[in-house]
Amino acid sequence: MAAVTPLLLLLLLSSAPSFSSESRNAYNINGRVKIPQGLGTKGYALPGRMSNVKVLLNGGQNITFLRPDGYFSFHNIPAGTHLIEVSAIGYFFSPVRVDVSARNPGKVQAALTENRKGLSELVLEPLREEQYYEIREPFSIMSLLKSPMGLMVGFMLAVAFLMPKLVENMDPEEMRRAQEEMRSQGVPSLSSLLPGGAMN
Amino acid sequence: MAIRSFFLFILFFSSSLSPVFSLYEDQVGLMDWHQQYIGKVKQAVFSSQRAGRKRVVVSTEENVIASLDLRHGEIFWRHLLGADDVIDGIDIGLGKYVITLSSGGSILRSWNLPDGQMVWESSLQGPKHSKSFLLVPTNLKFDKDNVLVVFSNGRLHAISCIDGEVLWKKDFEAESFEVQQVIQPPGSDLIYVVGFAASYQFEMYQINAKNGELLKHESASFSSGFSGEVSLVSTETVVALDSTGSILQTISFQDGKISSQQTPISNLVEDSLGPAVIIPSSVSGIFAIKTDAVTVFIRVIGEGKLEVVEKTTHEIAVSDALSISEDQQAFALIQHASSEIHLTVKLAHDWDGNLLKESVKMDWQRGLVHKVFINNYIRTDRSYGFRVLIVMEDHSLLLLQQGEIVWSREDGLASIIDVTTSELPVERNGVSVAKVEHNLFEWLKGHMLKLKGTLMLASPEDMAAIQSMRLKSSEKSKMTRDHNGFRKLLIVLTRAGKLFALHTGDGRIVWSHLLRSLHKSEACQSPIGLNLYQWQVPHHHAMDENPSVLVVSRCGPSSDTPGVLSFVDTYTGKELSSLSLDHAVVQVIPLPYTDSTEQRLHLLINADKHAHLYPKTSEALSIFKREFLNIYWYSVEDQNGIIKGHALKCKCTGEVADEFCFDTRDLWSVVFPSESEKIVATVTRKLNEVVHTQAKVVADQDVMYKYISRNLLFVATVAPKGSGEIGSVTPEESWLVAYLIDTVTGRILHRVTHHGSQGPVHAVFSENWVVYHYFNLRAHRYEMSVIEIYDQSRADNKDVWKLVLGKHNLTSPISLFSRPEVITKSQSYFFTHSLKAIAVTSTAKGITSKQLLLGTIGDQVLALDKRFLDPRRTVNPTQAEKEEGIIPLTDSLPIIPQSYVTHALRVEGLRGIITVPAKLESTTLVFAHGVDLFFTQLAPSRTYDSLTEDFSYALLLITIVALVAAIFVTWRLSERKELQEKWR
Repeated sequence: MAAVTPLLLLLLLSSAPSFSSESRNAYNINGRVKIPQGLGTKGYALPGRMSNVKVLLNGGQNITFLRPDGYFSFHNIPAGTHLIEVSAIGYFFSPVRVDVSARNPGKVQAALTENRKGLSELVLEPLREEQYYEIREPFSIMSLLKSPMGLMVGFMLAVAFLMPKLVENMDPEEMRRAQEEMRSQGVPSLSSLLPGGAMN
Repeated sequence: MAIRSFFLFILFFSSSLSPVFSLYEDQVGLMDWHQQYIGKVKQAVFSSQRAGRKRVVVSTEENVIASLDLRHGEIFWRHLLGADDVIDGIDIGLGKYVITLSSGGSILRSWNLPDGQMVWESSLQGPKHSKSFLLVPTNLKFDKDNVLVVFSNGRLHAISCIDGEVLWKKDFEAESFEVQQVIQPPGSDLIYVVGFAASYQFEMYQINAKNGELLKHESASFSSGFSGEVSLVSTETVVALDSTGSILQTISFQDGKISSQQTPISNLVEDSLGPAVIIPSSVSGIFAIKTDAVTVFIRVIGEGKLEVVEKTTHEIAVSDALSISEDQQAFALIQHASSEIHLTVKLAHDWDGNLLKESVKMDWQRGLVHKVFINNYIRTDRSYGFRVLIVMEDHSLLLLQQGEIVWSREDGLASIIDVTTSELPVERNGVSVAKVEHNLFEWLKGHMLKLKGTLMLASPEDMAAIQSMRLKSSEKSKMTRDHNGFRKLLIVLTRAGKLFALHTGDGRIVWSHLLRSLHKSEACQSPIGLNLYQWQVPHHHAMDENPSVLVVSRCGPSSDTPGVLSFVDTYTGKELSSLSLDHAVVQVIPLPYTDSTEQRLHLLINADKHAHLYPKTSEALSIFKREFLNIYWYSVEDQNGIIKGHALKCKCTGEVADEFCFDTRDLWSVVFPSESEKIVATVTRKLNEVVHTQAKVVADQDVMYKYISRNLLFVATVAPKGSGEIGSVTPEESWLVAYLIDTVTGRILHRVTHHGSQGPVHAVFSENWVVYHYFNLRAHRYEMSVIEIYDQSRADNKDVWKLVLGKHNLTSPISLFSRPEVITKSQSYFFTHSLKAIAVTSTAKGITSKQLLLGTIGDQVLALDKRFLDPRRTVNPTQAEKEEGIIPLTDSLPIIPQSYVTHALRVEGLRGIITVPAKLESTTLVFAHGVDLFFTQLAPSRTYDSLTEDFSYALLLITIVALVAAIFVTWRLSERKELQEKWR
């Protein structure tokens, strides 16, 4: 199904066969990598960052680099279907399927392989930025409470303060009865449990 | 029940979708290290910029161009070009552009010197293949534009330095013309192209540098022919050797007239020995020839007269010429003398006067000097000072200045051939290095700081203090074994034949050793290191012995040259012994048997299919005899498409009685039809892999038994047409077939064809599954498939009653001759990136779940949970399957940026990923190597068996203190209340 890509309209650039006779069916693929600076803002990444971007053809068979304006080109590529990948730290690029046609010299068709979107010109933009690190959550009471120790403390507090409240709401008569029952059973109080409590 | 399953679901859900490997930015460098290298330097050009930092631009055999800081040797920037894009020449143009010529002279690029940004790129074509030359004339101007002169592919180009436009070009189409030199005499507008035609004709073309017009073409024939290279001795004179290598031809082409002089070498050197070669040098007036043992420097005086200036038997290296003033050229000469090297800097026209003479102590582990590059600077007293960059036999790069080594880089580590690990010595009582934290106060202070960090209350200074404290932690770089098994030695063998031991804690070099057995010698002309094996790993017995590794190498590129073994102690780096074998080494099989000193038995198979046992001791022999019938192995002949199984037959029947040599017999063979299938990948399980359990409990309380056999081989074949690069075939004529073969019986257990797919195939085999990566031409995407293999013959044993009544088949003999009842399950998924390497995590006991480590084309390493490659995934898993942790099926595998184990770093030129289990079950050590090295620890299921690095002890302490305080307060309260009760 993927072979039928109706969206492949296109294309751009690319030159006629290069001159020499042996390489009659060698073509150039030209394109451009655009890296937006920040999401939704205009302007392009700093040159320092651009210098570490690589463009790879067919899994590393050819490797080229970007010019300061983001353009790149592959020379002497035979007609056929090729795969272009962009390697840039911090960005996720979809590989691009590029058809170099022998029948129509100079025609290049391109489509992103990740979402099968056709490209009207060979301008590659990252699908998304990649964040390699977890982001430290700023300090918040909630995160402290959610930690196991926070839960432990929370539970203890609940027992210490809510339970007496519950007891208070009970019928005073019933309560007295329960207390008497407890006393008669000799349920130890906290103080008697602790060393020193016994001295009382 | 519903609640329980709900919780379980939540648990699995949360654990499956959040990346297991994830790192906070401030944890970088705690458990991982990253080292950048460039490889063996081929060419170096010094930047002559007056202002700013001093730089040297280098190109290397790893195909890297890099700009290095001349003060410290650090990398400013670096680019690794493609494997087919070999760098032919580099130079600096206009003082601010680095010009590189690559791909056999067909790609010319210009890079910005300060930051390494590519400025322009031009593609140069030509009529035929030829040598290529890159000249950057300093004074050749063309409309105020500096011009580069490039000769490549039989065509001469003049190219603008600013934008890479071709200004003019001139073809040299004569069929047999082979260019030898392109000369641009400074101060003139001429270019000379000289070369040989039909190997006995000398041709000279004089070309106008302004427009490429051919001014003159002269040729002369020399009946004795030519051999090797020519050396340029002045702008209008070259020296060449005749075809026998015994007569020197001095050819001058002054004013377009060719004249020549012949001088037999025997006239110059009395005891001439054998054919000589010319050592290329650019020093005017002087050239060098080298015979087997002697290097002779010869000066050209006047009209083709030659004079010997020096003859030496020492190993010697000469730099190119450096113009220090209008008419003076200097060059550097390095000679070896035992533990020192002597550096002399001479003027080209004055051999006897030395500008500089220094001796530098040199570690003999660095071997010989291979290359010298010279640069000058002006001292404060306005005299010239010289610094030289030298490239050593072990590929390291050193800068010498004022008789000292200013800095050195271990660039041999950029070309690792094989890696193994070794344990560190056990901590003994006497030598304990364990240092308790300085004092309690310091310790508390540290943890308070950490607490502040976790609560995000720390100021930037505090953060810096925390970071340095964590990085400095001496614990991880100690030289003794630790309880968790995180500290080990990585033993790496480099292409230069040097063995390094790297500490896993911080990546420092513990020792390095240039193997003597890998040194060029009479018997062994071009030794090549092949593999590393663990030879002796003492643990139970022989605790006093040091562990050692076996280095297998051979004497030449072809597989039938004799092998060399060396044994190296991994604690000290000493070569214990080395053996020159009288047979070749085609295959090395480490056997699962050790002798009483814990030396592992190894079987070496030679080219005639004889098996040789090492170590050659009678004890080893007796152990081996016992297991004689249980030893099987296989061999893959990928050219012929044959896989064969072998076993041992009897003692060798050769003339010489050798107890340790055995004949072998072929057991089976699988022949793939050569017209439709070509082997592209074979993978087996790692020998030392541990499997925790054979049973796998599936959702409905059912059990499946994994088919676990050490003798399974995964083979991938592709259609011969489809073995080329992507795009060279149509989906209809390309297919990929995956096989699982039992290597003892040769039985094919499973076979699956992927139509419309092609290589390259990267695969990894572990437990009962194999995962492989290939290209799907129909979808035009990469795909990954998983095959899991299960044993059906034991499926009946699940019935408890049968077990009780003894009707199980657990005791029935397992024979490989009966057809195993196996079932396989498989599934395929899309994957975005090309891969360079694939590996799987391995842990000490095999309990921890597995992660795949994928080395992507962008030189990053991605960890992918094996659960994403589970053939039991379905689009809508049932409740029970969800509980089991089965992820709903998606058509492609997710790439979660936080699960890149290399985080924001690149392992430039990634070639391999090695995983080693730590002693702590949850943790595995990962080492990725290429031009760069990267090491980290991974916990595929999180560290469930130890506290993590960022565990806050302070928080724990505070909680405990708070609890104790609360207890006392409530006690008081309770006491008071009780008292009140009593008063009542």
